[in-house]
Amino acid sequence: MSVLVYIESQEGKFKKSGFEAISYAKAIATQLNTSLTAISIGNVSDDDLKSLGHYGANKVLTVNHQNLQGFVNQAYAAIIAQAAKNLDASVVVLSNSFTGKGLAPRIAVKLQAGLVDGAIGLPNVSDGKFVVKNNVFSSKAIAYVEITSPIKVLALMPNAYKVLETGGEATVENFDYQYNVNDFTSIVKEIVKASDKVSLPDAEIVVSAGRGLKGPENWGMIEELASLLGAAVACSKPVSDAHWRPHEEHVGQTGITVSPNLYIAIGISGAIQHIAGISSSKIIVVINSDANAPFFKVADYGIVGDAFEVVPQLIAAVKALKS
Amino acid sequence: MKILVCISTVPDTTTKITFTDNNTQFNTQDVQFILNPYDEIALARAVELAENQQGTVTVLHVGDANADATLRKALAIGAGDAVRINAQPTDAYFVASQIAAYAQDKGFDMILTGRESIDYNGTKVAAMLGEILEIPSVAITKKITIDGNTGILEREIEGGKEVLAIPFPFVAGTAEGVADWKIPNMRGIMSARTKPLIVVEPIEVKPLNKIVKFESPAPRTSVQLIDVSQVGKLIDLLHHQAKVF
Ligand SMILES: Cc1cc2nc3c(=O)[nH]c(=O)nc-3n(C[C@H](O)[C@H](O)[C@H](O)COP(=O)(O)OP(=O)(O)OC[C@H]3O[C@@H](n4cnc5c(N)ncnc54)[C@H](O)[C@@H]3O)c2cc1C
Ligand SMILES: Nc1ncnc2c1ncn2[C@@H]1O[C@H](COP(=O)(O)O)[C@@H](O)[C@H]1O
Repeated sequence: MSVLVYIESQEGKFKKSGFEAISYAKAIATQLNTSLTAISIGNVSDDDLKSLGHYGANKVLTVNHQNLQGFVNQAYAAIIAQAAKNLDASVVVLSNSFTGKGLAPRIAVKLQAGLVDGAIGLPNVSDGKFVVKNNVFSSKAIAYVEITSPIKVLALMPNAYKVLETGGEATVENFDYQYNVNDFTSIVKEIVKASDKVSLPDAEIVVSAGRGLKGPENWGMIEELASLLGAAVACSKPVSDAHWRPHEEHVGQTGITVSPNLYIAIGISGAIQHIAGISSSKIIVVINSDANAPFFKVADYGIVGDAFEVVPQLIAAVKALKS
Repeated sequence: MKILVCISTVPDTTTKITFTDNNTQFNTQDVQFILNPYDEIALARAVELAENQQGTVTVLHVGDANADATLRKALAIGAGDAVRINAQPTDAYFVASQIAAYAQDKGFDMILTGRESIDYNGTKVAAMLGEILEIPSVAITKKITIDGNTGILEREIEGGKEVLAIPFPFVAGTAEGVADWKIPNMRGIMSARTKPLIVVEPIEVKPLNKIVKFESPAPRTSVQLIDVSQVGKLIDLLHHQAKVF
C-alpha cells in the first residue's frame, strides 16, 4: 500500500495546483500511515524534482521523453496507472485542473478505481470506509462519496487545499514505462498562451465584471484593479456572448468554475447560473448600483454604488495600502 | 462521417436542490428536467458537421423513458436517429460503460459529449469513454473542425488554449464556443415524430462509488455593507479582517 501523486508541470516548472495536490496527498499518506511517491512527466530540473521532498514525498519518479513534451492524456494516463500498479498504490492523487480532468477518468478506468473529481477536504477513513466530499449540482450541494473499489483516484479541486511544506528529503528515480505507439496518435499542433495574464482557474483573487460596465471600453479600470491585486480578470456570460471579453473569462455554470480566496463582482446581478461558478470562493465582494441585486445575498462584503465611481477609489486605496 | 452525441437530462438551472430519505436521495419531485446545456451545443455542432460532410448524427441517452421527450427534441434539432439504453444511471463510470458497449462495433468516427453534466458536475464520461474504447479523448473542447479523417480540436488549458490534430475515431467533451444553441424549427419537430428511437437493454457494471449523503453548503453570514462614501474601508477590511491580500 502507498499513495501516488502526479505533479503537473508547465514549461518545466511545477504548477501551484501540483503543490496543492502533493500537500493533500501527504496528509492522506499520513492518515493511512504509508509512504508518498510523486511522479513528474516532462522536462523538470533535478533540483525541482528533489524539492518535492520538502512537501512530503519519499520518492520522486520522473519520466522524460521527447514525445512527452506536450500533454498526451492517453500516454500520461498509461504512465501514471503503470506507476500506481508497480507501487501497489491504493490512492492516486492529482489536481482537478483542466489537465487533471482529462487524465483522472482515464487513470481510474485503467485501475478499475472509483474516482472523486473536485475533491474538497481530506477523506474520512473510518470503519474500513473511504469517503470523500465534492461539490455537486453546480455547488448547490455537497456529496459524500464512498469509494468502494480497492484503489481510489482523487482529483483535488484547485484552491481547496493549502500548500504545506513539511520538510524532508526525496530520492529521485527515472521511471521506465512501456511505450505504446497507440497512445501517441493525437498531435499537439500549437499552444496559444493568453500572454502573461494570471490564469483564471488558478487565481487566488478574481476581479469580475458584468453588463453593468456598459461596454468593452470600460474594462481598463477592471484590468488595472486586477493587476494591482495580482488577480485574474473574469466576466459574466452576456459579456462574453457580446464579445466584450473573450469566452475564456466567462465564469458560471456554463463557463469556468473558480474558487479563489477573494472574488470581486462588479456590475453583475448575481443570477443563479453565475453564482454556480463562484460560490465556493472564500470571500465574495459585490459592487452593484442596485441594493436589491441578488448577488448581495451571497456576499461577505458589499458596496451599493456606481462602479464608475467606486472602482477608481478602490484602485487608489490599494495603491495607498501598497505604498 | 458517423457521429454519436451522448445526451443527459439535468434539473433546470433554476431548480432548488433538496434531498429526501435522510439526505441520501436527490428530491426529484416537481423538478423539471432539461437537456444538459453542454450536450445541446455538442448536438448543434454535430448537426453542422454532418450537414457539411454528408454525415449522420445518432443521439444516445442512458436512462428511463422519461427522457424520450428530450430524445425527440434532439431529433427535432437534427439528429437522424436516437438510442436509449434502458437503465437508471448510477455514476459516470456506469454511463461510460453503457455507451462504450453500444458504440464499440458501430464504427462512429466521432463521439461527442458535453464537457460536464450540470447535476453531478463530473467532466468524466468523455475521458472514461475514450479509455474504455482505447481511443483519444479531449475533456474540454472549445472548437471542432474536420480535415479529412482528422479532427482539429482546441482544448482549454490554464491561461490559454492548445490546438490538437486527432485522427478518427475520438471522443470530445464540448464546452461553450463549439457552436451556438439551435432552436428546433417546425419542420424539424414534425419530422422528429417519425425518426427511429430504439431502446437497448444495459450491460451489467460493477459500481465503484456510492453517494452516502448529501449536504447543503453552509450559508454565508450576511453581507457587511460599506458605505459608498468610505470605499477605502473595504480595502482595509479585506486586508486586516478577511486577510485575503
Ligand atoms: C442555461 C443557462 C446558463 C447560463 N450560464 C451562465 C454562466 O455560466 N455565467 C453567467 O454569468 N451567466 C450565465 N447565464 C446567464 C445568467 O442567467 C444571467 O443572465 C447573467 O449572469 C447576467 O449577467 P450580468 O449580471 O452581467 O448582467 P445583468 O443581469 O444585466 O446585470 C447587470 C448588473 O449590473 C448592475 N449595474 C448596472 N449599472 C451599474 C453601475 N454603473 N455600477 C454598478 N452596477 C451596475 C445592475 O444593477 C445589474 O445588477 C446562463 C443562463 C442560462 C439560461
Ligand atoms: N445518462 C447519460 N446518458 C448519455 N450521456 C450522458 C449521460 N450522463 C452524462 N452523459 C454525457 O456525458 C457528459 C459529461 O457528463 P459527466 O461526466 O457526468 O459530467 C454529458 O454532458 C453527456 O454528454
